[in-house]
Amino acid sequence: MQSELLNMSCKELRDGIAAGRIKSAAATEAVFGAIEKYEPVIGAYISTFEGRALAKANEVDAKIAAGEPVGELAGVPVAVKDVMCTTFGVTTCASRILENFHSPYNATVVEKLLAADAVIVGKTNMDEFAMGSSTENSGLKETVNPWDTTRVPGGSSGGSAAAVAGRMCFAALGSDTGGSIRQPASFCGVVGLKPTYGRVSRFGLVAYGSSLDQIGPVTRSVADCALMMNVIAGRDPADSTSVDEKNAPVCDYLEKLDEPVDKLKVAIVPQFSAGADEPVQKALTCALDVYKKLGAEIIEVDMPHLDYAIAAYYIVATAEASSNLARYDGVHYGHRTENAGDYVEVYSKSRAEGFGKEVKRRIMLGTYALSSGYYDAYYLKALKVRNLIRGDFAGAFEKCDCVMMPVSPTTAFKIGEKIDDPLTMYLSDIYTISANLAGVPAISIPCGFDDSELPIGLQILAPAFAEDRLLRIARMFESNTDWHRKKPTIVE
Amino acid sequence: MGELRYRVVVGLEIHVQLCTKSKMFCGCALSFGEEANSRVCPVCLGMPGVLPVMNEQALEYAVLVALALDCKIAEFTKWDRKSYYYPDLPKNYQISQYDLPLGSGGFIEIPLEAGRTKRIGIIRAHLEEDAGKNLHTAGNFSQVDLNRAGTPLLEIVTEPDMSSAAEVRTLAVELQRMVRYLGVSEADMQKGHMRFEPNINLIITKDGVEYKTPIVEVKNLNSFRVLERSVDVEEQRQLDEFLETGEVMGMGNKTTRGWDDINQVTVLQREKEEAPDYRYFPDPDLVPVEFKCEWLEDIRSRLCELPIKRQIRFVDEYKLSDYDAGVLTAERSTAEFFERVVAAGGKPKRVCNLLTQVGLKLANEKGCSVAELDITPKDFAQVSNDVDGGILSASGANKAIELKAQDPDKPFSVIYEENNLIQKSDVGELEQIVEQVIVDNPKAVEDVTSGGKKSKKAQSFLLGQVMQKTKGQANPKVVSEILDRKLG
Ligand SMILES: [Zn+2]
Repeated sequence: MQSELLNMSCKELRDGIAAGRIKSAAATEAVFGAIEKYEPVIGAYISTFEGRALAKANEVDAKIAAGEPVGELAGVPVAVKDVMCTTFGVTTCASRILENFHSPYNATVVEKLLAADAVIVGKTNMDEFAMGSSTENSGLKETVNPWDTTRVPGGSSGGSAAAVAGRMCFAALGSDTGGSIRQPASFCGVVGLKPTYGRVSRFGLVAYGSSLDQIGPVTRSVADCALMMNVIAGRDPADSTSVDEKNAPVCDYLEKLDEPVDKLKVAIVPQFSAGADEPVQKALTCALDVYKKLGAEIIEVDMPHLDYAIAAYYIVATAEASSNLARYDGVHYGHRTENAGDYVEVYSKSRAEGFGKEVKRRIMLGTYALSSGYYDAYYLKALKVRNLIRGDFAGAFEKCDCVMMPVSPTTAFKIGEKIDDPLTMYLSDIYTISANLAGVPAISIPCGFDDSELPIGLQILAPAFAEDRLLRIARMFESNTDWHRKKPTIVE
Repeated sequence: MGELRYRVVVGLEIHVQLCTKSKMFCGCALSFGEEANSRVCPVCLGMPGVLPVMNEQALEYAVLVALALDCKIAEFTKWDRKSYYYPDLPKNYQISQYDLPLGSGGFIEIPLEAGRTKRIGIIRAHLEEDAGKNLHTAGNFSQVDLNRAGTPLLEIVTEPDMSSAAEVRTLAVELQRMVRYLGVSEADMQKGHMRFEPNINLIITKDGVEYKTPIVEVKNLNSFRVLERSVDVEEQRQLDEFLETGEVMGMGNKTTRGWDDINQVTVLQREKEEAPDYRYFPDPDLVPVEFKCEWLEDIRSRLCELPIKRQIRFVDEYKLSDYDAGVLTAERSTAEFFERVVAAGGKPKRVCNLLTQVGLKLANEKGCSVAELDITPKDFAQVSNDVDGGILSASGANKAIELKAQDPDKPFSVIYEENNLIQKSDVGELEQIVEQVIVDNPKAVEDVTSGGKKSKKAQSFLLGQVMQKTKGQANPKVVSEILDRKLG
């Protein structure tokens, strides 16, 4: 019964709870049972809120018993990446510098989850300040891949992906600056969506690269992803970069989800995708075959500037990060050094002690890129490349409904394999980064396994604010394949 | 030593605090004097995850000033981050405008002596957020008060068009008058609403060769007095330094100095080599601003006649002295009230006297504007005309206004009556009194009739005696005529 409950989709669970057939308290207890069992191995959570979660579950159950209306995620246990501010618990960003930080406010998405009657069970581990592709940069703990505990879960939303795959919640929120939702989703065999920039409010998301960051769902099915989007999408007056409902209205992403897209045209970028490992390429080919059978036309497009995406990304993202992270200085909150002689030392020592290696590396890179005399050659040039990449997408989307490519050139790699080689680690973001630079939505869905039984993701990219079509295209694949139903052995 | 001449060249950076309802990028109210850190929220505290939202009112106010300064308004502007570490700056960057200021290329007209004016070029005007304040009152530690953090500031940068400390002060005062006129700032110096940073150097001609001394920026001056004084002091200091070292302006030798008010000197703060690299870049959290034509026209329609223009017009149109026109136009409400009284039939010069001698005094005592005294323009016009018609004396008029302010519902007829303010102009009645005075003061009468040096003084003495006898109610004009006739 417990495992049956834990394997339910959010939608099934929500419907069951709303109809009074299932108690949210039971689902929440089941989740904490799973956490007790798997968390010591997987390490997905930085903090959990059992008491709080059960109280909320009981509150939802009571509302339903009293016949009161409930929200769209009524009683569904979900997790939130620890980069989103919550007034309960701590908001650490997996950094020593914010290890004891208590936010005085909730992120807009957290407010939306609570308003939808979701039960927030905990906050998930990540690469420190979302900088990384393996969650190994967490300053607080290690998370492993539920499919193979010697491997990384991906990153930076590794905790969210591992928690969803490990049945330690029904869905989670992640954040994606250069692939941080999609790559861990692909490594952990779950669904991850990076919405269009501006679709989901960033208010309360601790910034890494502000012009690239976007919050999105990590779920076990496309339908659950659509349900989560129904809850979190929409303009927020507190986020000037969130988009006006008039220009790009949010729709009910579940409503037409099961309607296949007619005369679907899929574009591929063969040379670009050829850089992936063989099993990944094979899985992509098989996935395209599925779409062909469903009547899709596959065309080839040229997107010549994607090769420069990594270079541009690591300038734009680090430049913004160097400024965004300047506030962690030991003066106002967060870690403060105990041996400072003057205020300059409060800064330098607090930051030296509080930040991890990768964060320091990116702050240095970004500071350099913005420095007088280098700005034009680096930052300005990167912005130009970014515009060219946008142009590549605009050109491609004139000819097709979506672009498909791998999520990552490899499947989940071994813990420690790349951590001392930052450049190789950066290169693993090659397929995901361009969606952030162009601001377009992109989803990762399970599409196969390699010889080591490690999941492979298929990435689908769509035009800005076309999440509804993107989800329908993804759903077409999901309804005709079983990959998303596979479970990691640890939870069998 | 050969021939040496020099002149001082000054450009000014001015920060004006705008009196918006809320801060530049959050909903907190502006603050002065409240308990430390009581007017703050996660956004102006720079907490993790917060995002700024631009205050439209601040933008409107800033554009209004830029228009008044005849600036070109950018079609497109944006927000930039200026990075530096300081405890009073919670994000360790300030949101400002770098390469696309909202206004550029304007000018301000400032009054010189004798009704002349001078144009001072405006290089740019842009909006930014203020920092908090560091407090050094807690022994070994400094404390930070962030009530001021996020307050909207308009930064205005002038061309180096000023050539004396007095001109610098005049510009500052004129700008204060302007922003008050526009209603965009209280411009209260005591509250730090205006802060100045003059850039000063000298052009020296020695033995026919011209030299320019290195530019010095004096930081953070917050009174007209200190602003003027610092320019004077710097002028002398730079001259002395030039004569001693011969150093001239060159790449990277601009320095920053502070003001030491106790010793009345400027002190070196920073050599240019130490100048920080602010690493400006566009703030990705804010969307660029595009000024729509209709929006700009709407703002433009809120422009009023600028004080200096009004001052000049008052001199021309109402034949007032430059000084009087200056007093009347110092505050927009006074100037507008003056014109309403004139429109209600008052003679300009008389109205001006009434307003400056009693109206402004009363308003000042009550801490309000003349328009808020509960005395209508029509009332002022009536009193003013009663003086011109010989019914009231000038002092009687002042008295009448004072009494009206105390009891606005009482009609003037009653006020005049109850306080014996109506002048005696009855020739018969006054003649009797004059005759009595002539009898009582033979010495003075002799001085008048002898026509000597003392004649004029003696005549006013006799007039004074008549005024005394009538308790000030006699019409001095009528009395003088009688005296002239009797003693002439
Ligand atoms: Zn605030």
